[in-house]
Amino acid sequence: MADVDERPVTGAEREDPFAEYGTYSRVRDGLRAYRMIAAMWIRSTMAYRASFAMTTFGNFAATSFDFVAILLMFSQVDELGGFTLPEIALLYGTSAVAFGLADLMIGSMDRLGRRVRDGTLDTLLVRPVPVLAQVAADKFALRRLGRITQGLFVLGYALVTLDIAWTPAKVLMIPLMVGSGGLIFGAVFVAGAAFQFVAQDASEVQNAFTYGGVTLLQYPPALFAKDLVRGVTFVLPLAFVNWVPGLYVLGRPYPLDLPAWLAFAPPLVGVACCALAGVAWRAGLRSYRSTGS
Amino acid sequence: MGTGRLYAAVAAGGFRRYATYRVATAAGVFTNTVFGFILAYTYLALWQEKPDLGGYDQAQALTYVWVGQAMFAVMVLGSVGFEEELIERIRTGDIAVDLYRPVDLQLWWLAADMGRALFQLLGRGLVPMLCGALFFDLALPSGPLPWLACLVAVALGALVSFAIRYIVALWAFWLLDGAGAMQITWLTGVFFSGMLLPLNVFPGALGDLARVLPWSALLQAPADVLLGEADPLGTYAFQLAWAAALLAVGRLIQSAATRKVVVQGG
Repeated sequence: MADVDERPVTGAEREDPFAEYGTYSRVRDGLRAYRMIAAMWIRSTMAYRASFAMTTFGNFAATSFDFVAILLMFSQVDELGGFTLPEIALLYGTSAVAFGLADLMIGSMDRLGRRVRDGTLDTLLVRPVPVLAQVAADKFALRRLGRITQGLFVLGYALVTLDIAWTPAKVLMIPLMVGSGGLIFGAVFVAGAAFQFVAQDASEVQNAFTYGGVTLLQYPPALFAKDLVRGVTFVLPLAFVNWVPGLYVLGRPYPLDLPAWLAFAPPLVGVACCALAGVAWRAGLRSYRSTGS
Repeated sequence: MGTGRLYAAVAAGGFRRYATYRVATAAGVFTNTVFGFILAYTYLALWQEKPDLGGYDQAQALTYVWVGQAMFAVMVLGSVGFEEELIERIRTGDIAVDLYRPVDLQLWWLAADMGRALFQLLGRGLVPMLCGALFFDLALPSGPLPWLACLVAVALGALVSFAIRYIVALWAFWLLDGAGAMQITWLTGVFFSGMLLPLNVFPGALGDLARVLPWSALLQAPADVLLGEADPLGTYAFQLAWAAALLAVGRLIQSAATRKVVVQGG
């Protein structure tokens, strides 16, 4: 009953004869709706500019803490797992910006469990707009630019202090990591939300993979047990956010025996993750039964 | 009903309220365990580089990680607890009803929060700790006495945690919006409790400062009592002093606030 494919045909779709068939037009519709909802939230945020500035700074400060912890560690030691501070800063900066982008775009998706519990998801289902776009843009929080800014500062510090023989491939790798990393984390957000259709009360499980994932990636893979590294390389491929391409940039071997060309795989991994997360999302939405109250 | 029995019932209510959310608790246990693993590996690397850092050996450092994960929900180090609800009651004016009740506002919330803390200790503290002990070599005491001593320190820490958050919540009488105050408390709490790194690893004057602030009563104190790194009686005295001082400040603010109370929407 709640399947999106069975929703009533709307005016917008009647204008487009291929709307019923094309995923292309569905994606276009979704993006347009997303832009409009996000713009609405930005306008409402900007009504209180001082409050916006303060919460953005709060976001910046809060996310700075894990780097402060790393700085405190390096006040006591010169290397961690054989890595210097600028090297760790590169891993930190790239994963923080990638995660920040995903968090900004669809970080509100962790509210889905609450919507399933209190029944407000039903409101979104009757609107002639893809549910994913509505949930993703819901309460669009521009203050999350604070996290991205913080990540960019650390990344900038890393790029200035690192002693690397830059090649065109290595230079290109930095924006590639940030972009594909954002896709991978975005997929984790969507998959986590799909999981909440089943376990409505378990939004914290999502935190383990999102916040836990970004914390893990801030440190070199050599620190962690081989099985854990295998898990985030082959099962939940977070390693492609920054570990695999980042160690190529740093000229360091990856702890698992991987071919070197895999350093260029992140965009493919990102797209594949998004496709899988999309499948999970549709399955979750199809299984949704309203609270009925 | 006697006053003691009333507050016991309120505490039991606080316990039951959190015990209702079983899936959420299981999810929290999972997340605390995942973070415990990540932190444990980074601490291993840190102590490999510099054994005896901060006076801990490697096993003690790992134990500290898991005590931290156990205290995370008990001491409300990464989220918000009753204060969010109290601020909302102040903002909407419902607080006026509470003030008419023949119970003490501070004691009421204290009892409810202690019930919550007890549940979080059992629900979200024990399992991550067991997981940690299963996968890592921890420096856990063998006799029951250090465990009991640690439990007392946990109880006193929970008292300090409540006292801090009660003061924060009461600011809503003046600010009407508690979001900023809650965020600042959350940030200082995470930093100065030792959740990021044990306070004895903090360098120089920053470390000295962190040791005397009230937040060290929340995680560092129970951990050091369990690890046998701190004299329990001295630790209790430190925690009690902060608890008494902060509860007294909370009471002062409470009486000032109720004298000036203007009911919203009344």
